[in-house]
Amino acid sequence: MIVANHLTKRYLGGFEAIRDVSFEINAGAMALLRGHSGAGKTTLLKLMGAIERPTSGILTIGGQNLLTLRKKALPFLRRNIGLVFQDQKLLFDRPALENVLLPLEVIGLPLREAQRRARAALDKVGLLSRERAYPIALSGGEQQRLAIARAVVNRPSILLVDEPTANLDDESARQVLDLFAAFNQVGVTVIISTHAPHKIPGRDLRILTLDHGQLLL
Amino acid sequence: MKAWFRQHLAAFSRAVRRLAAAPLNTLLSLLVIGIAMTLPAAGYVFLDNIHALGADRANVQQISLFMEIGASTREVAAVRKRAEALIPGQWRFVPRDDALRQLKNTEGMAEIIAALPKNPLPDAFILEPADSSAENLERLYEQFVTFPGIAHAQLDSAWIKRFNAFLRLGIQTVNLLALVFAVGLVAVTFNTIRLQVMAQAEEIEVARLIGATDAFVRRPFYYSGILQGALGGLAAIFFLLTGLAVLNPSVTQLASLYGSDFTLHPPGFVYSSLLVILGAFLGWLGAQLSVSLALRHMK
Repeated sequence: MIVANHLTKRYLGGFEAIRDVSFEINAGAMALLRGHSGAGKTTLLKLMGAIERPTSGILTIGGQNLLTLRKKALPFLRRNIGLVFQDQKLLFDRPALENVLLPLEVIGLPLREAQRRARAALDKVGLLSRERAYPIALSGGEQQRLAIARAVVNRPSILLVDEPTANLDDESARQVLDLFAAFNQVGVTVIISTHAPHKIPGRDLRILTLDHGQLLL
Repeated sequence: MKAWFRQHLAAFSRAVRRLAAAPLNTLLSLLVIGIAMTLPAAGYVFLDNIHALGADRANVQQISLFMEIGASTREVAAVRKRAEALIPGQWRFVPRDDALRQLKNTEGMAEIIAALPKNPLPDAFILEPADSSAENLERLYEQFVTFPGIAHAQLDSAWIKRFNAFLRLGIQTVNLLALVFAVGLVAVTFNTIRLQVMAQAEEIEVARLIGATDAFVRRPFYYSGILQGALGGLAAIFFLLTGLAVLNPSVTQLASLYGSDFTLHPPGFVYSSLLVILGAFLGWLGAQLSVSLALRHMK
């Protein structure tokens, strides 16, 4: 469960990207973060992904308050959260399989088991046949799916996705959104940030609309 | 424990891969580190050899008493009597004819001696007291130096003091040199690792975002530094052994001209191991400083 209570994120210079935001997202839910560019969607995802710390307020993920969580504990929290970035952040100097292996290397899984799980994740996103392909050789949609495979390979309980359909054609966008719905159906909490109105398949869809850092009711 | 070992093994392989990925850079770094370690290491090996040479000679602690050329039998007998009284049985008399004969037997001296009109050598006493402490030798020396009939008394341990003083100076110089080169080695590793961190910046960022701890990020760079330092140490040993192999024939030849069988001994296993361990430590130190600084900037 994700709980935000009077959450504020203020950057140096005083700019408030998130202002007094409160919400609850149940475990296993699917939520859509909407809003125009600069509304604060990415900042809110970064806060929920423990990439940035709140300035004030309460943000708890699985009962852990991010404001008071020790710095050393953050990496361990992040391992339970799958992140799909808008720019994907793929490593272009290693093939698809090795990109997906990285989160498993981080947790120190034996290589054989890690490879088995990485291949399973690639299979789930339809990229098993491209495991040796370098990201540069993949299409935009395939790169997005590779990023998803990397995000889910660790079997996270929360999946945070930033603008997943940007730069994708309608068919690729649909495939990607179907994937998120599939993960959500097996109990993963999925939070998708988007400024484009796509039809998101899924049950219990929660919509949070942000405007200038504030949540619209 | 297994996971810990696995993670270290993975970090070690990543470090090896990174070094192998840029073979020319790695080779140049190893050369620089190896040369930087060779210079002070060669200094220590040289001083160690000289010290061993001095230690061999230092075992002979004696006082040589040279009588005047025209010293009377009575004066020689007086010295003999005094020596026997002070250090019974720990002295020997070398008559001038015996000394000349010994000198003649020295290679290349026979013709020179034969050309001399008369024996230029004096009678001599060699005092070799059982108590060869510096104080005792000094005391004995004082008792004979002004004795009638003695032209010159020579305390043969005095050169050891001078030798040791020079040796101490040499060690201090090499220590300073080692310190300077150690700083240089840390700087070289620092720079190499900094470049590696910059090249891996993207991977580090992604790894952190997906839950990598600082230790996970740092570990391969530490291994990289340790590997570079240790391999640099091995390179230094190789340079050292090659240098000794090249120099030794000339040193042996020179020493034989002085009637010595002195040769330069290579560094032993312990010394070589220490060199590699020291290299590894300095490499780790350079990596530690570099990674800490680079990661702080990346944050």
